[in-house]
Amino acid sequence: MNSAASRSGRWVDIANPTRFLDLAGRLLPWLAGLSTLALVAGLWMSFQAPDDYQQGSTVKIMFIHVPFAWLSMMCYTIMTLAALGTLVWRHPLADVSAKAAAPIGAVFTALALITGSLWGKPMWGTWWVWDARLTSVFVLFLMYLGIIALNRAMDDAAKAARATAIITLVGFINIPIIKFSVDWWNTLHQPASVLRAGGSTIDGSMLRPLLVMALGFTLLFFTLHVMAMRNEIWRRRITAMRRIAARGAERGRAE
Amino acid sequence: MMDSHTAFVAASYAAAALALAGLVGWIVLDQRIQKRAMRDLESRGVRRRSESKADKKS
Repeated sequence: MNSAASRSGRWVDIANPTRFLDLAGRLLPWLAGLSTLALVAGLWMSFQAPDDYQQGSTVKIMFIHVPFAWLSMMCYTIMTLAALGTLVWRHPLADVSAKAAAPIGAVFTALALITGSLWGKPMWGTWWVWDARLTSVFVLFLMYLGIIALNRAMDDAAKAARATAIITLVGFINIPIIKFSVDWWNTLHQPASVLRAGGSTIDGSMLRPLLVMALGFTLLFFTLHVMAMRNEIWRRRITAMRRIAARGAERGRAE
Repeated sequence: MMDSHTAFVAASYAAAALALAGLVGWIVLDQRIQKRAMRDLESRGVRRRSESKADKKS
């Protein structure tokens, strides 16, 4: 019994939350500083960028819309990896990572939908159409909400983690559907123009601000994700400590 | 340069700024709540199991 306990203790050490907290504390000032720097530079570059000859000033919406859409999918991919971590390796931080990422992903997805709609009205003449790309991203948004709700609906953290991980894994099928929806079906949405075979079709004067903004928002995502993970670790420790305190108080009364 | 679409651009950036400020604010607020709860428990002498074991050893 004793040796088993010490062995499991060593195993937990590999993914030690305490070590994560140390690392997060050291990393966060840099992450926050770099994302601020990149976003300020990106915003400045965005407003220096020329207007599009067809789209006029609305092309500026691209500099935020594309990174948001990008991150909405990256966040879900991270949650899928975390789900694997929970189910396959039982990594103690995997569930913390997935739980912390979901609300951030939901916000980025909502922003992709809102900015897309605000771009669609002047350029397509409509706020919204139920076509493949828009609908699949809307489904992604609903999935984020469902995952958040499911995770918080169960009191037992371990059970909630498993159920959420399974749903997240199943839902990953939506990510390639979003990515390729513009190629597979007829849609108002344009096909990929940055990450495509044969290179980007965007002019450098617009591609550069877009890439800097994407970098800035990606750094912001990781800053917020690490902060939210740290909050979640603290929250779980506090719950555990309160339980210990309550047990101690009960024992004190019994004596 | 102003054109008839400036309002759409402004609304997009405003929505993004608002939503992200809300997200950052929520996470920072949560951090403050957890830190305060942690300090409160520690000041009452409550330790985590792993920490109290270490205390006994020393």
